[in-house]
Amino acid sequence: MIHPSDIPTLPRGVRTHFDTVRKTDVLLGPERVLMLDQIGSAVLSRVDGAQSVSVISADLAAVYDAPQDVIEPDVIAYLQDLADKRLLDVRHG
Amino acid sequence: MANPPLAMLAELTHRCPLSCPYCSNPTELLAKDTELSTDQWRDIFQQAADLGVLQLHLSGGEPASRTDIIELVVAAREAGLYTNLITSGIGLTPKRLEALDKAGLDHVQLSLQGVTAAMADRIGGYKGGFDRKMHVADHIARIGFPLTLNAVMHRANLDDLPATIDMALRLGARRIEIACVQFQGWALTNRSALQPSRAQVDAAKRVVKDAIERLKGDLVIDFVPPDYYSDFPKACMNGWGSTGLNVTPDGTVLPCHAAATIPHLTFEKATDRPLAEIWNDGPAFNAYRGTDWLPDLCQSCERRDIDFGGCRCQAMAVLGDASATDPVCRKSAGRAVLDNLLAQEETPTIDVPDYVYRKL
Repeated sequence: MIHPSDIPTLPRGVRTHFDTVRKTDVLLGPERVLMLDQIGSAVLSRVDGAQSVSVISADLAAVYDAPQDVIEPDVIAYLQDLADKRLLDVRHG
Repeated sequence: MANPPLAMLAELTHRCPLSCPYCSNPTELLAKDTELSTDQWRDIFQQAADLGVLQLHLSGGEPASRTDIIELVVAAREAGLYTNLITSGIGLTPKRLEALDKAGLDHVQLSLQGVTAAMADRIGGYKGGFDRKMHVADHIARIGFPLTLNAVMHRANLDDLPATIDMALRLGARRIEIACVQFQGWALTNRSALQPSRAQVDAAKRVVKDAIERLKGDLVIDFVPPDYYSDFPKACMNGWGSTGLNVTPDGTVLPCHAAATIPHLTFEKATDRPLAEIWNDGPAFNAYRGTDWLPDLCQSCERRDIDFGGCRCQAMAVLGDASATDPVCRKSAGRAVLDNLLAQEETPTIDVPDYVYRKL
């Protein structure tokens, strides 16, 4: 399970890409294309292999003017789903 | 206008050092002198990206048989495509792998014919192939390419499924595709030798179910079941002309890799007409696009938008009618034909015929 102190990173072979035809951010991985909604883009644009889940959540809480303790579980659930699909690596911070 | 495609399979060549009896290439293979040039492929990659393709699968035959494979990967990445190499590994020296790394190759999909040299070399018809493949796999891991192991399973090796999954873990694969042979191309020719038994299929499904749970987060497992044993057809290509397209070594654009088995369809070449026009207006793409063409049985079915009537090429191969419901479907009259075939082929007591190996 992902913890707030963990540091997520996109592994090699998984990358975000702006789809100029569909005008949307997408996540590309082995045999996988995920169309990213606004929240997905906001989370993944902060996944840089340096910031922890709690730092990312705090930043999102500030930008979207919402309590961090509401946002953080959603961020963790989103990242956990990607990790289960091996589209995300997590370093224990 | 049709929705833009997400993926393109580029069959760069039909040449291959292996001669697997289930090869998905057509039984009439194209010779080297018909192959597109580097520049022609470069142009097609750019057109594909402009059309909306996000993922490019470089396949064959063996794509490493092209001497320009490095240039082609560079071209694909320059076009902005996520680039996957589907390979047997044969022909990929450490030096070429390092050049592919530098070229920006995103992902490697390595085929597996068996977990032992005896099995793999018999299936591939190439002595020493397994050892070379394992050597290539070591270098793939050293360089750090994300790896999918593509294990093609059938009667002779389906019982080795647990060892196959173990091998994927040992090679450091992130993903394994357990692809039970689908009966098109050379596999159709060899169907009675390749058809697994029901007991094998039931056991394999249990192994897969357990492994998915046990290896969650470590290994992604995609399972393509042997569809003759299914109750409902596969959603082939996620719907004809909806998601993907295939370009053959000479530039012919197909809605799926087996579509040329449907004799009444007219195919066009990417060297003769812009790819976007072929995708949007080509007669072969429009033939079975959407659901309006579906037979009444499928039109009135609650699964209409789940499987789109199944696989056109399978309806063609088994029933001789490409617009019929896929005979895998339990509701279809054609199912009796498939059941008859299965009854003849799955009996373990009959002599299994020799393989007909693919050849140019």
